[in-house]
Amino acid sequence: MIEAALAMVECLKKEGITTVFGYPGAAICPFYDHLYQSSIKHILVRQEQNGGHAANGYARITGKPAVCIATSGPGSTNLITAIATAYADSIPLIAITGQVSTDQIGKDVFQEVDMTGSVEPFVKHSYLVKDASQIPKIFKEAFYIAGSGRKGPVLIDVPFDIQKVNIDFNYPDSVDIRAYKPSSKGNSMQIKRIVQAIKEATKPLICAGGGVVASNSSKDIVELAYKIHAPIVTTMMGLDIIDGNDPLNLGMIGMHGNKISNTAMHNCDVLLLMGARVGDRAVTAPNLVSKSTKIIHIDIDPAEIGKNIHVDIPLVGDIGIIAQQMLDALPELKHEEWVNSILETKKPIIYKEPKLGFVNPKQVLSLLSQKAKDDTILVADVGQNQIWCANHFKVKKGRLLVNGGMGTMGYSVPAAIGAKFASPNVDVIAVCGDGSFQMNFMELATIMQHDVNLKIIVMRNTYLGMVRELQEKNYNTHEVAVSLKGSPDFVKLAEAYNIKAIRINSMENIDSVLNEFIAYPEPIILECIVSSDESTM
Amino acid sequence: MKKIISILVENHAGVLSRISGLFSRRGFNIDSLAVGVTDNPSISRITLVATGNEYTIEQLEKQLNKLIEVIKVRTLDNDELLARELMMVKISVAAEKRSEVMTIAEIMNAKVIDISLTSMTLEISDTFFHLSRFEEIIRPYGIIEMVRTGTIAIQKGNDTLTV
Repeated sequence: MIEAALAMVECLKKEGITTVFGYPGAAICPFYDHLYQSSIKHILVRQEQNGGHAANGYARITGKPAVCIATSGPGSTNLITAIATAYADSIPLIAITGQVSTDQIGKDVFQEVDMTGSVEPFVKHSYLVKDASQIPKIFKEAFYIAGSGRKGPVLIDVPFDIQKVNIDFNYPDSVDIRAYKPSSKGNSMQIKRIVQAIKEATKPLICAGGGVVASNSSKDIVELAYKIHAPIVTTMMGLDIIDGNDPLNLGMIGMHGNKISNTAMHNCDVLLLMGARVGDRAVTAPNLVSKSTKIIHIDIDPAEIGKNIHVDIPLVGDIGIIAQQMLDALPELKHEEWVNSILETKKPIIYKEPKLGFVNPKQVLSLLSQKAKDDTILVADVGQNQIWCANHFKVKKGRLLVNGGMGTMGYSVPAAIGAKFASPNVDVIAVCGDGSFQMNFMELATIMQHDVNLKIIVMRNTYLGMVRELQEKNYNTHEVAVSLKGSPDFVKLAEAYNIKAIRINSMENIDSVLNEFIAYPEPIILECIVSSDESTM
Repeated sequence: MKKIISILVENHAGVLSRISGLFSRRGFNIDSLAVGVTDNPSISRITLVATGNEYTIEQLEKQLNKLIEVIKVRTLDNDELLARELMMVKISVAAEKRSEVMTIAEIMNAKVIDISLTSMTLEISDTFFHLSRFEEIIRPYGIIEMVRTGTIAIQKGNDTLTV
């Protein structure tokens, strides 16, 4: 017999968890007491939401569920935005929260909040533990649910008294949930139909999304593209599927995508949607996709197929397995005319000289992607900086992490912390604006406390640039609540944390500055002074 | 179009709130919802009546299927099902009108289950439409209180919905 709180720690060990992100409090103290004595490394963030984002970044690098922890009440509610963010992007998280004792539940006691009820709309599943003996089974199920099928966050809410009950600890070897059997292999009849449609296509196009990354099948998709000679467009969540400089990569579609990829979406005759849920930012007007285009939608989640766009051939399953099935069944195809007609329109971007006293943020990111190591992980925040990263940082063999579904400001630094723990030998760069940086810079302390060698770029334009642009276009240039005047000197702020910082306000020495930024062996912040007139696109 | 959807779920605490929450947040309208345990005590069966076009009903089924505790979802064919709903209605009836009400009850297949000096309580189990017609007929007597369970349904013949 062991204490349930110890069993919780043992469950994490059985799942191979070595690092967790959290913030303690009274209701989760029994668990922390056993964490203290365990081999699991606990990273203390400075706000619970950031623990969730850190686990998000960690999970996206490992591909497996990552763990964040908070206490009951405000600790848990602070975690909610991070859970919703993970849900929107199908990131596998295990959120462990403390809860008040079972006999106090429902009595509005100190730091009590109905956590399972609060997160119900945006968790894949949740548990309120009422029987301590069920803890091993619950953890086993939670990890399985979070990391299989369409991945997502699972919450385990554990009351204080439950953590202190003694239980028999036997970690189950397998999971049997009768109502949850995610499919993996694609239906062979549908594969045949797809193969036939691709063979008949003259202008095929692959639109790849986050599902490709989630199924760890980026290489297969690129192989497929070459085999059937189809260009690839990606959603924001799929940006790092293919090398940014690959000739078949047309770049990002959608509201903030480029013209070539959006045009290709309209002109193709067979569109292969792979792990892309046709979100409103990616396909702003699904009804405008040509009626004559044959749409093939492949997704692990049946509910996404036919939800936002009319589909000719649906196929449910794991993208990686299906890509293999397709590769086996398809011959080498050539579509020179179609591909060349697109490639002819591809032109290198000419970056404008910025106004005096400013840098061109788009060019900075373009140069950064040329200079950064091939396997660099770039984590973008939300706002103009995110779109600049998406369109100008060309990923090579690394990753580009964005939160595409929820658009949660403040994501970059904590998610980058998580990514760095998952991949300590790779350069991790967080890019944010001065708005988003002020939503997460408390995590600089986490970086210092836990020796996280992070690189941070802050694009400072003294505005909430994207909202300002919206107000300019749609609200008669009424600039309301978008000025960030009063923000601190970020270089001095970095100094206060004992972090090296550089500020640049021209492109004059950009090469040497970026070289230094990349080579610097310790945490470093690069503050780029950007004109408030700089546009998103 | 009204559709009857049968859902087999794990008989766990909180399942109903997950399902009803899904309806409101996805913008589906429920006309009625009835839930009870099945012959297998670990499984409950929910019968819900929803209005929607083909797209809505398909989305609804798919979203329901995503819930981990939902074992099976089936939209029943309107022509191949038996549907029942229970209603209890209390009407104000003076002594001289009692036999009149009892005649109506007999014709409509309702039962008198309680009586007082000034009121009668009737029970009727039938389809949604029959219940509504019954309500219409007894309304002139003065309905004091009325309660309906929501429709439950089962498929005709040998067709089954089991695990």
